[in-house]
Amino acid sequence: MDNTFHPLFYSFHFYLFGLIAIASALLFVTRKSPVAAALWLVNVMFCLAVLYLMLDAQFIGAIQVLVYAGAIMVVFLFVVMLLNLGHPSELADIRGQGGRLAAGAVGLALLAEVGVLVRARFPAQLTPKAAAALEPAAQPGGVIGPIADSLFREHLLAFELTSILLLTAIAGAVVLGRKRGATDAR
Amino acid sequence: MLAESLLLSAVLFTIGVVGVLTRRNAIILFMCVELMLNAVNLSFVALSKLYGATGQVFVIMVMTVAAAEAAVGLAIIISIFRHRQTVHLDDITLLKG
Repeated sequence: MDNTFHPLFYSFHFYLFGLIAIASALLFVTRKSPVAAALWLVNVMFCLAVLYLMLDAQFIGAIQVLVYAGAIMVVFLFVVMLLNLGHPSELADIRGQGGRLAAGAVGLALLAEVGVLVRARFPAQLTPKAAAALEPAAQPGGVIGPIADSLFREHLLAFELTSILLLTAIAGAVVLGRKRGATDAR
Repeated sequence: MLAESLLLSAVLFTIGVVGVLTRRNAIILFMCVELMLNAVNLSFVALSKLYGATGQVFVIMVMTVAAAEAAVGLAIIISIFRHRQTVHLDDITLLKG
């Protein structure tokens, strides 16, 4: 697994942050105030960033903190503040009996699926390609070398299409967020 | 740690689904979708340990789509709020007939 850490140290922290992530996610779903929910979700994302670091995906861990916890959640919080939500009358938004029963049924079905997944076995032997990717020092580009290699060689078209997606999203957000009446003059 | 990661990913995804089904606040619904995307990202990263760096490239793509989705979705929510003064999904029933 990871030779630089003691295995017990590694497992302990893996389980610790996994449990914190699950607890934060449960608190996130049950909070009434949108701001509290958003902050618990940020906590989940930080825990996941730690797990990414422990899974040898340092770049993804950094991106998780910068983009997800730093940018996307700030946009969410900004909208909550902008709309001035958090009014006592608007807080009780958890659905009634029917919705809870449906959620419980779906949750049980998905957890049963988890039970099946836990029984499944994954190949213990690493494929040669993955084994090579796991030796950061042996790669010329360090930890992000393999990612860049994959992103800019195998998936270059998808990468370029992403720019169109982002441009469209920006234009859509501007058009949708614009006030009615404030149209052409500029 | 692969099995544990996939288990954690499945549990987080389930919590996200339950959140989508039980909440009525549109913004919290969006955050539940983000939680589901994060859960899937975790399984991508865990499997990239086994099958090479392509999984991490997928995570980058998912993050991009999540950012675009958040921008457009929140703009739609703001637009609805301007019309209806609410973000409660039960109050937005124009298409119910």
